[in-house]
Amino acid sequence: MAHVLFNCFALLTIAGAVGVVANKNTVNAAMCFLLSLVGLAGLFVQLDAYLLAFVLLLVYAGAVVALFLFIIMLLDTQGRQKWDFSKLAVFTSLVAFGLLLAGLGTFVKRGQLEAPNPNAAGGVGAALKPYAYQLFTTYLLPVEVMGFLLLVAMLGVIVLSRKAGAGEDAP
Amino acid sequence: MITATLNEYLILSGVLFALGFLGVLLRRNTLVIFMSLELMLVASALALVAFSRYNHTLDGNVFVFFILTVAAAEVAVGLAIIVALFRQRRTIQVNELDSLKN
Repeated sequence: MAHVLFNCFALLTIAGAVGVVANKNTVNAAMCFLLSLVGLAGLFVQLDAYLLAFVLLLVYAGAVVALFLFIIMLLDTQGRQKWDFSKLAVFTSLVAFGLLLAGLGTFVKRGQLEAPNPNAAGGVGAALKPYAYQLFTTYLLPVEVMGFLLLVAMLGVIVLSRKAGAGEDAP
Repeated sequence: MITATLNEYLILSGVLFALGFLGVLLRRNTLVIFMSLELMLVASALALVAFSRYNHTLDGNVFVFFILTVAAAEVAVGLAIIVALFRQRRTIQVNELDSLKN
């Protein structure tokens, strides 16, 4: 049963990713991205990372995709674009894609990864308390740095989204 | 109860990463390129969560938590840059943004 669920979510994720790459229309690509994220959240749930699945849906599906759609609405005036790739670009990107997949194939064939039985001790990420404990003890400094990073990003966005030359003619 | 093996999760993560990479290389729309970048980011997050789950540690999960935070900041800044670019050049197609070429 669980394996059927894994296959379904994996298929959803891959199909969404293919849709992002292959869609002419940017809005449809964003929707496929959303689909892919939902599949990924399902996989996170299967890996007992409930908090991360929730945060993924909240941050990515909620905020990031909405922001993408907003920007597409703001900028993408011509709607669907035509496919006019140069042959060289298609060839090189397909070669790069094939090389990555070949590396993956080698890993599958020769990989010596021995994972302990995941069902022996139960999921560590299932409960909230260990997260809070880790974030406020071991990872306290990174949490502070993240807060600072978000502040800097906010200031950067404000500076970037001002009209060019808007602040210069002020007295 | 997990039935899928660690290898299956890692293969899925690798395929997802490769698809994102293909999108970055192939597409010309900056927004789609940015979406493919995000796809690569969440693919690596999936690998981290899988490793973390199969080794009974929480560190990978906490790391993914930080990745999501950084990704949120990155998306905000990146989209602001794309909007600023569009204001300057009236296009977001990367093949038309070639003023550094000559």
